[in-house]
Amino acid sequence: MKARSKRLMLVGGGVALLFAAVALVLSAFQQNLVFFHTPTEVSEGKAPTGKTFRIGGMVEDGSIQREADGVTVRFAITDTAKVIPVTYKGTLPDLFKEGKGAVVQGKLEGGVFRATEVLAKHDENYMPPEAAHAVEQAQKAAQTLSQ
Amino acid sequence: MKAKFLVPLLLFFGLAGFLAFGLTLNPREVPSPLIDKPAPNFRLARLDQPEQTFTLEDMRGQVWLLNVWASWCVACRQEHPLLVRMAEQKLVPVVGLAYKEVRGDGAISTRGMSLEAETAMAVERGRRWLADHGNPYVVSVMDIDGRVGIDFGVYGVPETFLIDREGRIRYKHIGPITPESLQTQIMPKVEELRRAG
Amino acid sequence: MIPELGHFALILALVLSLVQAVVPLVGAHRNSSALMAVGRPAAQGQFFFILFSYVCLTWAFIQSDFSVQLAATNSHSATPLMYKITGVWGNHEGSLLLWAMSLSLWTVAVTVFSRHLPDAFLARVLGVLGLVSAGFISFTLVTSNPFDRLLPAVAEGRDLNPLLQDPGMIIHPPLLYMGYVGFSVAFAFAIAALLSGRLDAAWARWSRPWTTIAWVFLTAGIAVGSGWAYYELGWGGWWFWDPVENASFMPWLLGTALMHSLAVTEKRGAFRSWTVLLAIGAFSLSLLGTFLVRSGVITSVHAFATDPKRGLYILALLVIVIGFSLLLYAMRANKLMGGGSFGLVSRETSLLANNVLLTVASASVLLGTLYPLFLDALGLGKISVGPPYFEAVFVPLMTPVVVLMMFGPFLRWKDDDLLAEVRRVAPAFVASVAIGVGGAWAVDHLTWRTALGLSLAAWVVLASLQLLARRLGERAGASAGSRLRSITASWWGMWLAHFGIGIFIIGVTMVGSLDRHLDVKMKEGQHAELAGYTFVFRGAVDADGPNYDAARGNIELLRDGRSLDMLTPEKRVYLAQGMPMTEASLDIGLFRDVYVSLGEQLEDGAWIVSLYYKPFISWIWAGCVLMGLGGVFAAADRRYRRLAARDAAAAVDGRAGAAA
Repeated sequence: MKARSKRLMLVGGGVALLFAAVALVLSAFQQNLVFFHTPTEVSEGKAPTGKTFRIGGMVEDGSIQREADGVTVRFAITDTAKVIPVTYKGTLPDLFKEGKGAVVQGKLEGGVFRATEVLAKHDENYMPPEAAHAVEQAQKAAQTLSQ
Repeated sequence: MKAKFLVPLLLFFGLAGFLAFGLTLNPREVPSPLIDKPAPNFRLARLDQPEQTFTLEDMRGQVWLLNVWASWCVACRQEHPLLVRMAEQKLVPVVGLAYKEVRGDGAISTRGMSLEAETAMAVERGRRWLADHGNPYVVSVMDIDGRVGIDFGVYGVPETFLIDREGRIRYKHIGPITPESLQTQIMPKVEELRRAG
Repeated sequence: MIPELGHFALILALVLSLVQAVVPLVGAHRNSSALMAVGRPAAQGQFFFILFSYVCLTWAFIQSDFSVQLAATNSHSATPLMYKITGVWGNHEGSLLLWAMSLSLWTVAVTVFSRHLPDAFLARVLGVLGLVSAGFISFTLVTSNPFDRLLPAVAEGRDLNPLLQDPGMIIHPPLLYMGYVGFSVAFAFAIAALLSGRLDAAWARWSRPWTTIAWVFLTAGIAVGSGWAYYELGWGGWWFWDPVENASFMPWLLGTALMHSLAVTEKRGAFRSWTVLLAIGAFSLSLLGTFLVRSGVITSVHAFATDPKRGLYILALLVIVIGFSLLLYAMRANKLMGGGSFGLVSRETSLLANNVLLTVASASVLLGTLYPLFLDALGLGKISVGPPYFEAVFVPLMTPVVVLMMFGPFLRWKDDDLLAEVRRVAPAFVASVAIGVGGAWAVDHLTWRTALGLSLAAWVVLASLQLLARRLGERAGASAGSRLRSITASWWGMWLAHFGIGIFIIGVTMVGSLDRHLDVKMKEGQHAELAGYTFVFRGAVDADGPNYDAARGNIELLRDGRSLDMLTPEKRVYLAQGMPMTEASLDIGLFRDVYVSLGEQLEDGAWIVSLYYKPFISWIWAGCVLMGLGGVFAAADRRYRRLAARDAAAAVDGRAGAAA
């Protein structure tokens, strides 16, 4: 085989690989990105149904309830403007508390958010950025309304 | 130098540009939506005299700072000596907002505790803390359940709001005040607002 | 007083690092051996002062000197001594100091073990390492001084984050940092070679053992970190693809590519330009990882740990170090073309293909890690990229890597006959696919992912055995003992590391397909069933520790009516921060772990208990151990020492010649 055609095959193989990898990454992004929505957006119907997404906000005071099996938990998550009811089956993170920031991931089913994952804030003083973002958004909206 | 060997360098500069931009997205830099808007009004009990209340009106006509603090907040301890020094030099009046003094403390469970009991505990803890570390505040008020904090968009302690004569929020400082931020950010703005009349 | 001494020692270390950076580089440029000779003592002195500084900081922690802010926020008088010592690096400032110390330790190792290097080359290596060191020490001093005082002192400290109060955390960060920082040596060798224009087989040979040892540290550090997450985070996961993990995984992938590329450059003189780029890339990703973790660009939750000034400083450092290296590369790379030619079917090609795949995989991890930041920066909304993305990209990219990884060693350097080799390994390949599909069917989990995982694992094991048989058969007629002895340590290293990947894949596949999980409410005397095991709740008792209060559950594990173990998961509340913590309890076995953790206690006295069955999970870490051992074997090959002795003799001759 000539050096030239060998080089061509190597380069061709590399380019093909690169295209395959880009296609792979794009399709993985397409299917697996988890978007983040605030409770206000969810209640306005801006969140997708039947697709996994995240909600951030604060766990409403006095909203945590357990079902008889003990492992199914109901609570509400709020951005101080709107409230979304959530159900979750499983153990809650250690730092999950009423009145504190949390992020839930799951799907919306008939007005109730069925969470598959619950993340609590890491630090005593601060919320997860997404939860803080939700509260901030809600306040921005409240400000615009009041004007 | 062949052009193709510059590709890694250019890719890296693109990435570095994004990272630099990412740094500006730091939540500490994000301006509050309340900036230049009237501060949310509130009426809260005073820490020194819980039977009396304090509202925004009490500070009308002055340029002042609202400092959110709590005795359980470690970063507050860091900024506190600076606040005390500011008070000694009478730089600018500071009102303290004792944020979730009891229920914010992870070590205490408020389950089953009445609001009265919680308030009493907050008064006791807050006063002791100010006695131990010095009281730089013209007045401190108690935000027992954190409602006022939510109205102000507080998502951590400490935070400090600069409020003008008309009761508008003009600046928000997240995290402990440092001598540097006081000199380069807060005081120039205070002076400007005072001059503005 | 002692913290001030530590601070002062750190400043002296900075001065020495600047001396180490500037003087030898100037010396190498002017060919002045007096100036070049400064590098060695400067590096050693720098190490002494950093070590001294580090000991001073540790002293403040041990003595519970809470007038030092770092100790006040990360230690507590009741913390066990071990965690007072490890608390030093359980925070931003201390971990930076540890970073600087490991860099200095690597530099000293270079000065000790590189007597065979030509003076000018060593001077340039030390100069580059000194520059990096100066950057990091000044970063520590300017933005993150660990010796800052807290006046007036507090009476009691805030304690180390309870998650970090664990034996895994004792060794994880030092191992990881030794790995991260270790790539700085390969980087410095590459830059020194670019500066001197001397990129030959000798340069690749000098770099190889350093790169391999750094890679071993990084492998061990990642494995320990993953093990820590598994038993400490309380829900049995072992890898989460979170930004902090990715920050260590990306340099690992590129470091793996670098190791293999160096082999080609040394043996065949090919890929030189590519190898240099990988050496720069592996270290750049280490720096980038430090940036991502330390600047708070991604983990901005820890608001007080981050500060825009720090982010800016480290970004500037990143731009200077990487920017200059890549610029230097662009200027010199055209001198690196050529080298040994090779055919389309050759070991070189297979290594090149795997190198490219590893680089692409690394880039895809980088993209997934930074994508939320990109979208946020462009104002396109907030998103998160979770494990599904990484799995969807990673599995297809790694499958050809694993197939090629076992096929490549059968190929000869330079040129080979594809058909003959394919025919040779075809039976093993077909058998692997059969074993994989059959195995998936046998464990009653016939999904394409399980079948693929088991096939790949079988392929690694069978091809390894065939490769070994072939290697032993090469010297027909010799005694078995002499045949075994004829195999070099570096060959064994390659073989072991590849075999370890097979073991690793078995673990990942089995856990991924067959693990079981049950959350259940239990009262004393009640039992639950999972995967053929019975769990009986024998009640909970108080089990307070020195700096925490705890409840300990007693859960008896039975199988077929026989008691196997008493599991004792705990729910702790660490006093200083009031932070609750779940401490899992494990029954570890060769073929499965049983893992139990305690949730909340309910009003009626019952507990929420999480039960997990994790088949073959230990194989994940066993695989990592084999990979690490492989690296140790490869780095210990006698050839490096023999050739080093020859280089040393040549260097002495060279000096004598220059003097004459």
